[in-house]
Amino acid sequence: MSTSSATLAAQPARRGSSTLARRKALEGYLYISPFLIGFLIFTAYPLFASLYLSFTNYNIISPPVWAGLENYQRAFTGDDLFWSSLARTGKYALYIVPLGIACSLGAAMLLNQGYRGTAIFRTFFFLPSITPIIASVLIWLWLLQPSIGVVNYLLSLIGIPGPPWIQSTTWSVPSLVMIGIWNTAGGSRMIVFLAGLQGVPQELYEASHIDGASPWQRFINVTVPMISPTIFFNLIVSVIGALSVFSVAYIGTQGGPAYATYFYVYHLYVSAFQYSLMGYAAALAWIFLLIVLTLTVVQFRLQDRWVFYAGDDRKDGGDHGQ
Amino acid sequence: MANRAATLDAPARTSRRSVSAGKIGSAITFYVIGIILTMFFIGPFVWTLISSLKSPTEIITFPPTFWPAELRFQNYARAWTIVPFVNFYINSLTVAVLAVTGQVISATLVAYGFSRFQFPFRNALFMLVIATLIVPWEVTIIPSFLLYKFLGWLDTLKPLIVPWWFGGSPLYIFLLRQFIMTIPRDLDEAAEMDGANSFRILWQILVPLITPAITTVAIFSFLQHWNEFIQPLIYLNTPEHFTVSLGLRLFQTAPADPGEPKDHLLMAAAVIASIPCILLFFAAQRFFVRGIVMTGIKG
Repeated sequence: MSTSSATLAAQPARRGSSTLARRKALEGYLYISPFLIGFLIFTAYPLFASLYLSFTNYNIISPPVWAGLENYQRAFTGDDLFWSSLARTGKYALYIVPLGIACSLGAAMLLNQGYRGTAIFRTFFFLPSITPIIASVLIWLWLLQPSIGVVNYLLSLIGIPGPPWIQSTTWSVPSLVMIGIWNTAGGSRMIVFLAGLQGVPQELYEASHIDGASPWQRFINVTVPMISPTIFFNLIVSVIGALSVFSVAYIGTQGGPAYATYFYVYHLYVSAFQYSLMGYAAALAWIFLLIVLTLTVVQFRLQDRWVFYAGDDRKDGGDHGQ
Repeated sequence: MANRAATLDAPARTSRRSVSAGKIGSAITFYVIGIILTMFFIGPFVWTLISSLKSPTEIITFPPTFWPAELRFQNYARAWTIVPFVNFYINSLTVAVLAVTGQVISATLVAYGFSRFQFPFRNALFMLVIATLIVPWEVTIIPSFLLYKFLGWLDTLKPLIVPWWFGGSPLYIFLLRQFIMTIPRDLDEAAEMDGANSFRILWQILVPLITPAITTVAIFSFLQHWNEFIQPLIYLNTPEHFTVSLGLRLFQTAPADPGEPKDHLLMAAAVIASIPCILLFFAAQRFFVRGIVMTGIKG
């Protein structure tokens, strides 16, 4: 990346013609103009418009009325659903992020063994992740049906009375976590782990084998440090995904029973599109943005402590290319 | 990078295995765990397929039967017509085809601009592309909704299509830019000497060379648009404009006709909604792995 921009910078100078360089620069702007226009209209404008709206009361019908910090005050002090939905979302993330990463890594390690049939297994594991979310949830609602569902039937075969799953306040969040795991564990997260695992030099395993390391020690002392950049990447993506949880609860439980799956983004959605509290929902959105940004920055700060970047020569040789 | 992706298809360890108890043991462990995981990932699909072919009375018997007493393929015909799935399919295909086209074209143009031209603030603008990746949709959704309302685009397919013609998406710009940068500039320069303008260089030299990356982008883009749920939910109101995902939701929440239970039909409808993705996946499997490896890891 850096080398290529260096050669690029040298180019116009070599030609020695400043009008040509200027024309090329203009052409460059022309090619990236779709992004520039799109960025202004569909990202920058909405971003700042929602910041503005968050300081107003706006119900769509009458124009926005300036309200100062009222919406933020209301979120922090006057709205029980704000804190409870935030806590619920945090709890959901605490379940699904470690579990999801563990499942994806486990599946990737299995596929990395190199036995015959690997490609077929990989295909099977991947399939749920390309299924429309609505279909995934409907499938699982059917499987988890408390009285006639096949999951509870199978549990009854081994003598376990099945819980009422999404119909119970205790089991609804675990049910959604399970659906989430099914939907994502074998998808891109697993493939990223697989690519990371295949970049680990085989010699390291052989050396630790000779040193008499147990499989668990090999995993902790060789695998985890060597693939820590991919763990870090997957962690960032998974945390953001978990905090954004909405569709699965909207389709599967409508936030219930008794608000048990009423997550933060659900609260935002309801505030905006059911109660038309556009100003308040915009404040919720900006609080969400700040939470996500803070968590991401914290993770980047912490990565020095545990993410190990081997020399670029081994890890990413191909990328830097020309 | 391309090499890396290719090796994903091949077994990691090709060394010959000597037949020893330990080796056989670990092979058995591999297959046992693999089959258990397969049951977790694929079992629900199989059960859905089976359920979708059962009769309305058989599907609610407990304990459940495994194989349907009678394979009722007519469930699919019924599910297809009970809500206007033809309309939903046409809408989803319209959105997917037009949005994919826009995304591919504009991401290619932008990636070309970033990888082959030198202009002031180029690196800063590219950082901006990457930065838009972490702006959650939740933050922009309300003003976007208001903007589309102002433009009279609510309850049309336009909000699901038009924005994708402006830059595509940061991820795809990034991916295509990486790919273009691996192609030697000698080819461009030779064509330039021959008097080709920059658009011809893109169209006749680069595009044929980056077709695999463009195909990958197109496939991911198609799935993204076909599966999208939240945006149609927010922007569309009347069933005639619904996409397949939203249509399935309509089917799920429609009050049950007392004369006609619909669990079996709902399963058939879930299959109907998933078929294009699954077919595309099987037809283009190798692009998936490569695409994810290209986008996913970057130290």
